[in-house]
Amino acid sequence: MTPHMLTRSLDRSAAIFLAVVAGCGILIPLSNLLLPAGSFLQVPTYLVALWGKYVCYAILALSIDLIWGYCGILSLGHGAFFALGGYAMGMYLMRQIGTRGVYGNPILPDFMVFLNWEKLPWYWYGFDMFWFAALMVLVVPGLLAFCFGWLAFRSRVTGVYLSIITQAMTYALLLAFFRNDFGFGGNNGLTDFKDILGFNVQAEGTRAALFALSCLALIIGFLICRAIVSSKLGKVLIAVRDAESRTRFLGYRVESYKLFVFTVSACMAGVAGALYVPQVGIINPSEFAPGNSIEAVIWVAVGGRGTLVGAALGAVVVNYAKTFFTSGVLAPYWLFMLGALFILVTLLLPKGIVGTFNAWWDQSKEKRTSATSVSAAAEDGVTEPKMAE
Amino acid sequence: MPAHLSARLCSLALSLFLIAFALPAFAGPFEDAVAKFANDDFSDTEEAIGVIAGSGSKLAFPIINALQNGRLMADPDSKKVYVTDADGKSIDAATGEAVASVPDSATAVRLNNRLRRSVDAALGSLTLQSPDVGTRLQAAQSVFKSHEETALEAVDAALAKEANKSVKAALGEARAAILLFKSDATEVEKLEAVATLKARGDQDALALLTGMGDQPASVTKAAASAIGSIQNSLAVWSMVQNAWYGLSLGSVLLLAAIGLAITFGVMGVINMAHGEMVMIGAYTTFVVQEVIRTRYPGLFDYSLLIAVPLAFLVAGAIGVLIERSIIRFLYGRPLETLLATWGLSLVLQQAVRTMFGPTNREVGNPSWMSGAFELGQITITYNRLWILLFTLAVFAILLAMLRYTALGLEMRAVTQNRRMAASMGIATSRVDALTFGLGSGIAGIAGVALSQIDNVSPNLGQSYIIDSFMVVVFGGVGNLWGTLVGAFTLGIANKFLEPVAGAVLGKIAILVLIILFIQKRPRGLFALKGRAVEA
Repeated sequence: MTPHMLTRSLDRSAAIFLAVVAGCGILIPLSNLLLPAGSFLQVPTYLVALWGKYVCYAILALSIDLIWGYCGILSLGHGAFFALGGYAMGMYLMRQIGTRGVYGNPILPDFMVFLNWEKLPWYWYGFDMFWFAALMVLVVPGLLAFCFGWLAFRSRVTGVYLSIITQAMTYALLLAFFRNDFGFGGNNGLTDFKDILGFNVQAEGTRAALFALSCLALIIGFLICRAIVSSKLGKVLIAVRDAESRTRFLGYRVESYKLFVFTVSACMAGVAGALYVPQVGIINPSEFAPGNSIEAVIWVAVGGRGTLVGAALGAVVVNYAKTFFTSGVLAPYWLFMLGALFILVTLLLPKGIVGTFNAWWDQSKEKRTSATSVSAAAEDGVTEPKMAE
Repeated sequence: MPAHLSARLCSLALSLFLIAFALPAFAGPFEDAVAKFANDDFSDTEEAIGVIAGSGSKLAFPIINALQNGRLMADPDSKKVYVTDADGKSIDAATGEAVASVPDSATAVRLNNRLRRSVDAALGSLTLQSPDVGTRLQAAQSVFKSHEETALEAVDAALAKEANKSVKAALGEARAAILLFKSDATEVEKLEAVATLKARGDQDALALLTGMGDQPASVTKAAASAIGSIQNSLAVWSMVQNAWYGLSLGSVLLLAAIGLAITFGVMGVINMAHGEMVMIGAYTTFVVQEVIRTRYPGLFDYSLLIAVPLAFLVAGAIGVLIERSIIRFLYGRPLETLLATWGLSLVLQQAVRTMFGPTNREVGNPSWMSGAFELGQITITYNRLWILLFTLAVFAILLAMLRYTALGLEMRAVTQNRRMAASMGIATSRVDALTFGLGSGIAGIAGVALSQIDNVSPNLGQSYIIDSFMVVVFGGVGNLWGTLVGAFTLGIANKFLEPVAGAVLGKIAILVLIILFIQKRPRGLFALKGRAVEA
């Protein structure tokens, strides 16, 4: 049976994926910390931070794949949830600076002293406690996604309309966070962090631990996504993706399913942002730029939407390419390449790297096992999920 | 040598002036009076001021003005007097001829407080009766602002002579302002003054009326009612001003969104590279102006007229190319189209950045588009007015095209029912290519107009793309009237929110309102009616 084979092949790629991520998450920090600097096998600290950034992007891509690949919701504003999670973490890190800031104010972050603010705005309360900040990393993006999704899905805003208003959402947030009186550092954002949970954010050990934690978060996120898409709920999501009206006519409350998965996805994006900030050392409003969100979508498209593994792979591959090309003489050509990537992937590789590979693998395997079974092929056309909007 | 020239002109005008008024002496009292400055004696100086102010000479104003500013230099040895200006140029005060340098022995003519007052009075009456209309108007306005009692006589004298209507009105207002603050003016005079200020009805009049201090009861009452009516009329004017700004912004939005409405409405294609078509139109204008500047400078005023068709052709051709090479493979997959065209926009931006550099390029305003005029209490700039008219013209032409041409008929047929249109023998793929070309071409035209009010840089398009989408989504897809209403509604709403909430917050509020509005009407203000159910 093909469905069975499909699950098995997914299981195989999932297993490989988990093994690779877990291996990196353990070996890279160990090699960075234990081997002497300059040794052949030692991973330098800057690379640990760089790869940590990629892993965070991979979590973001995973969250986009969950809604786009499995539910057909193309969000062009997922960068907003990522950034909100990042800001929640950034606020905690700002409060940890304490008297070590330029102005030495024990309560107010530097930019507030600079703006002559008398006391902490109410929405900064509680961010000196890690548990509260960690909670907010999930709650703030989740709440925004819930409200936004509740409004949008209930009135059946779908397809490109949804994409456009998610873009408007992140654009509105971009404008808001650029304002100084909004209380989040305006243009400069939050930076100059010192400690996280008492450990120096610049220290090698902290960076290695953050990297390992990011890998752990990626694994957990992946498992959650897998659990969702392989459950009965996941089947309904795929039905919504492929034929929304039909699913509704069959009696499913489409908007509730969409709302659930959209909120979960936003929380994941928030976690990605929260892990991203201490590793990069800054969060500013440019993270809200609509371009960032669209770029994240293309990672998923490159890796293969609706494959989960592909999303993470796409994020790493595209960002590695970006680092590689923007740091050399080829820098002026990077935007050409990124643009071409958008066009070529949508035109020539609609299933992405992993999707194309899976299709090829299944096909060749089918040929190998039973060249005679015509029925399997016929059934194949029915059961294989269609890549529709 | 402009100083020299102007000095010559001055002396020429002076001779003409003197001849015309047939004053008795040509080389008598004026020159003698000027020479008195060199005596370094306060009473002589005062006498000189009186004679010069009454001489009617064209040099009188520069001399007294220089005296006030400490730039009137007198040489006690040669009894010559010089007027110097801030640039270090100087003229002979008696003859008005330029001199190369002022002798070292010359010192600035000294003043005391009594002299300063007579200098001020002389200056006021001189400028109030200056032969130049602009100077008179300015003088009257400055008297209005200062409303010094000492100027009353000069104003009255000027008022008796004045023939120019607007200067007369300004003098009347200046007189009213003085009388209002003059303690010994009669009640009738004050009431008249209040009425005059009420008629003027602007912010300055309001300031005078609110700050006039103790007055007789009847005057206070009249002033209160005048203040109320001025405030009302000011509020109305500020509404008119906001409405005008809103219309102007709306026209810009409409211009940017109209092409998008066509591609999105007719073909269902989300073209994220639409903003780049606008940018290409703006750069076409830049190139046209560059060519004109270097080859045919006389044609500069026509540069926009040349650029409009060119931008349409360039952007339209690129649009057709894009449709044929990318978009036609993605029909029925709107989300993929969105991504591919976003990629395209990156490529186009970077291509323009490589060709023209990342910085802003200079695109000039032709003479007929620069400047402004006053309409009541508001200022209207010509470029905004032209853009509004141009947008409406483009809109009308487009409507007519859709209504009366064969291509328009085919486009409407394809919009309403693509498959039926195809069965009726319409070559839908040709219509698609032409529609996309048309939409892009109009974006190019929009670029020509926007180059006049915005920076021409590779990022020009990006700043319009989200707004354009908002307009189209708000107005409703597939309906040009919806786009028109949407653009002007958003433009006006934005400008009315701006004074209340500030520019950025106003914009955020608009975005949030649109997001909420979409919940109520997911297909926009003017949705196409149909029985289709997607997916």
